[in-house]
Amino acid sequence: MSTAEKYVTAAYCVVFGLVLLYVVIIALKMQRLERDVEALEEKRPSDG
Amino acid sequence: MARKHRIPLPALAVASLVLVTLALVLVFFVAPNDADQGFSQRIFYFHVSIAFTSYLCFGAGAWKALRHLWKRDPAADLESYVAVHQGVIFGSLVLLTGSIWAKISWGHWWLWSENQLVLFLVLFLFYAAYFMLRFSVDPGPQRANLSAVYALFGVVLVPVSFMAIRLAQHFIHPVVFTRHGAAFGGWILATYLVAQFAVILLAYTLYRVELAGKLLDLRIRALRLA
Repeated sequence: MSTAEKYVTAAYCVVFGLVLLYVVIIALKMQRLERDVEALEEKRPSDG
Repeated sequence: MARKHRIPLPALAVASLVLVTLALVLVFFVAPNDADQGFSQRIFYFHVSIAFTSYLCFGAGAWKALRHLWKRDPAADLESYVAVHQGVIFGSLVLLTGSIWAKISWGHWWLWSENQLVLFLVLFLFYAAYFMLRFSVDPGPQRANLSAVYALFGVVLVPVSFMAIRLAQHFIHPVVFTRHGAAFGGWILATYLVAQFAVILLAYTLYRVELAGKLLDLRIRALRLA
């Protein structure tokens, strides 16, 4: 692999690595929100 | 507060994945090597696409800020914040990919003498400071108004950043879009256009995902207080 190929690969890895990191952060936040909804559901008085 | 979006998120996510994959195939297997820069020019397809997308995000953030100040649109403040957030994420990618490209082409990670680079950094730092301002004020109308005014001021830097290279007397950063159109054609142009559309769609998908999360968070907070 030439130097240029290494740098180009690094650039694309940086782009998709950061996008992936962003998606992971959003997914973790969604998990937290899901737990919050569950907690609210447990607090809610039952209908029946 | 939630706006009705016509395109469902899963469809957007699938379309983004397909387009980004297609763009990568074109970048690495179809587009020819540049006569001047060789293989390293392949960074261009995503670097430039991401740069235009970050300008677009800052523009969208300013537009939503204007809607907040002008029409008092209740969703506009949050939408402006999310658009600016996307702009900063894509802005950081512009700086990172640009530095890597600069290292290959010019032998330096960064050149302070280049107006285009410095002005983009100023634009990026200006919008990075947006979050410091926003989170230093308690949630409410005051925070929304201050954030909106700041986002509107920042968008003035976008055309300055874009035009800097065209106005500079001395530059080594390449100009690929002139008054007479793109400085390339054929597969290079086709690949760039696909990559540009793919990155814009990816940014819009991430914007919608983040906005959906923020709106859900607000609804849960409201339910807790009820």
